[in-house]
Amino acid sequence: MTCLLFGVVSVSHYLVVGAILFTCGVICMALKRNALGVLMGIELVLNGANINFVAFGSEYLAGDGESVLGLDGEVMALFVILLAAAEAAVALAITLNFYNNHATVDVDRADDLHG
Amino acid sequence: MTAAQLFPILLGIAWLIPLASFVAILFFGNRMGDHGKGAATVATSAIGVSFFLSLITFFAWVMAGHEVSSPHHDDSHASVHRTYNDTEQSVQAVVFRSPEHGDAGGSHASGHGEAVVPASYSGDWYTLYESGTLRLSIGWYIDSITVLMFVVVTFIATCIHFYAAGYMHDELHDVTDSEVRLATGEPLHREGRFPRFFQALSLFCFSMLGIVIAGNLAMVFIFWELVGICSWFLIGFYFERHSASTAANKAFIVNRVGDFGMLIGLMALWGGLGTLQFGDSVSSATGQVEPGLFELVRPAENHHEQQVPDGLVAFAAADQIEKMVAANPSSGELSREVAAAVPDWREQGYGRWLLFVAGLGIFCGCVGKSAQVPLFVWLPDAMEGPTPVSALVHSATMVAAGVYLVGRFFPVLTPDVLLVIAYTGGLTLFIAATIAVTATDIKRVLAYSTVSQLGYMMLALGVGGWVAGLFHLITHAFFKSLLFLCSGSVIHACHTNDMRKMGGLLKVMPYTGWTMLIGCLAIIGAGVPFVLGFSGYYSKDAILAQALLFSRTNPQHSILYLAVAGGAFITAFYMFRLWFMTFAGSPRDQHVFEHAHESPRVMTAPLVALAIFAVAAGWALPGGLGVESLLEQARPAGTAETITTAGILGSITLPAEHESHSGAIHVTATLTAFLTALSGVLLAAAMYLKPLISPVAVAHAARPIYTFLVHRWYVDELYNRIFVLPTLGLARFVAAIDTQLIDRFINSLAWIARQIATVDAWFDRVIVDGIVNVAGSVTWKAGLELKRIQTGNLRQYVMFIVVGTVAIFVLATLLFRTSFAG
Repeated sequence: MTCLLFGVVSVSHYLVVGAILFTCGVICMALKRNALGVLMGIELVLNGANINFVAFGSEYLAGDGESVLGLDGEVMALFVILLAAAEAAVALAITLNFYNNHATVDVDRADDLHG
Repeated sequence: MTAAQLFPILLGIAWLIPLASFVAILFFGNRMGDHGKGAATVATSAIGVSFFLSLITFFAWVMAGHEVSSPHHDDSHASVHRTYNDTEQSVQAVVFRSPEHGDAGGSHASGHGEAVVPASYSGDWYTLYESGTLRLSIGWYIDSITVLMFVVVTFIATCIHFYAAGYMHDELHDVTDSEVRLATGEPLHREGRFPRFFQALSLFCFSMLGIVIAGNLAMVFIFWELVGICSWFLIGFYFERHSASTAANKAFIVNRVGDFGMLIGLMALWGGLGTLQFGDSVSSATGQVEPGLFELVRPAENHHEQQVPDGLVAFAAADQIEKMVAANPSSGELSREVAAAVPDWREQGYGRWLLFVAGLGIFCGCVGKSAQVPLFVWLPDAMEGPTPVSALVHSATMVAAGVYLVGRFFPVLTPDVLLVIAYTGGLTLFIAATIAVTATDIKRVLAYSTVSQLGYMMLALGVGGWVAGLFHLITHAFFKSLLFLCSGSVIHACHTNDMRKMGGLLKVMPYTGWTMLIGCLAIIGAGVPFVLGFSGYYSKDAILAQALLFSRTNPQHSILYLAVAGGAFITAFYMFRLWFMTFAGSPRDQHVFEHAHESPRVMTAPLVALAIFAVAAGWALPGGLGVESLLEQARPAGTAETITTAGILGSITLPAEHESHSGAIHVTATLTAFLTALSGVLLAAAMYLKPLISPVAVAHAARPIYTFLVHRWYVDELYNRIFVLPTLGLARFVAAIDTQLIDRFINSLAWIARQIATVDAWFDRVIVDGIVNVAGSVTWKAGLELKRIQTGNLRQYVMFIVVGTVAIFVLATLLFRTSFAG
């Protein structure tokens, strides 16, 4: 196995970028107190996953000119984007309402449903 | 409209009007005027209209000229009725069979000799049930007794209705019954029951008229029972009084005993003959004339002589028929063979017992209704009812029903049955008369005199005096209702039944006193011998003459004549004892005397009306218009001759009734009657009017007999010992079985079940509930613990997710290393 820093750009590199994005997103979700920040973290997580899909679906990166998955990766990525858009719309609406009720978007304050 | 169509319609309406009155009072009684005062008007006018219609029928009957000698000629309405002249051939054959009877009769017996078949009309209004040969219907059988009884019943009932409207006025407002004590010791206070009384009275009249008009035995039985239930209503009118409710139950139960015998008789007839119709009827199925009971028992081709009907013979000879079937099983002509063999079997005596049982069974019912020995105990107790009820029960309805049925059923009764009837009647008249001598309750004296007179009627019928018995039934109805209404008037005035507190009442109650004297004279048969007399004179003479003739022809049964003659003496004694104690002499109880007053006119008017009939009911008016000659028109076919039969109870000669009118017998009987009655009255006068003989001394001298009579021959005590106590003992025994055995068994079963249930309950509570509770509490506690993780902090959740995901990833990597690596 060759070193990633010096080898030809391949799927693995993309996976690394995706993993970093995912990790950043998760950390962002876990640490941000601002609800909008948390939403951004979610976007990062989703996009990290998207990079993985696109990478696996690309026939150029596969090396042998033949895609493992064909167009399936891109299609899945499009689905995820769509999903993210929808999720953002709903989540922003929730946030807005939360602001209306509590005059803040601090998720730590949103513990009305604790056990 | 012909007579045949007219009579059923008139009498049918007269019969149904009281029913309409009953229904009207039943539903609207309380709305009829103040406290139902209008009910009396409704009931009285209903029975009055019935009386009016009966009277029209009566005159129509007389005008139609139903000569004894010529049976009615009218068969224009052949589909519903058939008079006996359809069998004209056979009538002609018998007409001259015994011509010697024609001149035996005397002046009032015109044309007796040719009297063979009574003029009668029979038919059906409505068929209740019909299947095969089985047929039950509501129909009529009308002859001159029916018409006469209709007039008598409705007339007396009308008088009693008027009287009751006055007598029962207490019931118009709330009543305080001092004879009933409540648990608190206060007298009972209740609402008046005026409409209820007249309602029951109407139903009573309807039922009695139903018996009189009935065209078949089944219908008689229906109305028989209706009369029974009406008497129960009326005797128990003051049902809060223990004595009244007991008396009502007693009357009802004792009558059931008799009716049981009647049912047996009905079954014997039905089983053998398949019909209960009195007269001939037209079958709706075949259109043929079917013979009724009378025709079957006394067929025209047998000259109306009594014989065991074919049906009963074949019914009794079932063993012979079986033999016949066994001998020749393939024969298709069994019925013809049986028919051919029936005369032989009849000769051998098959079916004779069956006819005897049938007659005896029917008579059993009459014993109950007409209060004969041994079932007479209910009648004196029935005095607990209001006095108008007693008058009605004792004269025109109820007790008359039994005698009437014996008279109606007379052609079917065999000489053996008649002998039983005669002895029952003789015993009854003697026992009841002796009891009446010591009774001190004015109504009880009359009650026992009724029983005694009913005994006379039964005896008369039993010795072949068909006309005499029914004649006495009718005359007795008038004077006995009169006597009862008079006694009611006395009770109304004195507020006591006890004759020992009365005396001298004639001064304050002239109407009651004089009319009651007429009643007493009528019942003892007073009259100037051979010239003129009260109604009882004629009927009692007829009975005495017939009894004398019977004992002459059957010397072994001459005790019957002694009973009649002795009974006449005792009757005269106790009736005048009653009258002297009540009306003559000086007051025994000044308090009662001072409060006594004559009754209102609504009560005395019926007395006068009835008194007129008590005097005149026996007179034979010119033109054959008299009760006796009218009754003669209805004499059952074939009973006008002297017949000697070798019956089950030995050889019996039933003498022809006309012969009792012949010189020697008639004179002896009349003189006997006159002398016995006179001596009875004189003895009563000597004891109670002029104290020549002290009653107390007599009672003291004959103490055992006196005690015996005061205790009414110990009959009630005897029945109490024989029937009531054993029944109660049996009931207690059965109750003991019930409580000791059955209840114990059930209780122990229940105890076991309870124990099992206790164990089961413990199991349920501890084990089943325990498991469920543990499951519940574990879940509850788990929930409480898990609740803490649910902080509501979003970031924490994300951390959980991350950590979880990583943990799963690490685990998966560690566990499934090979597959990932591969």
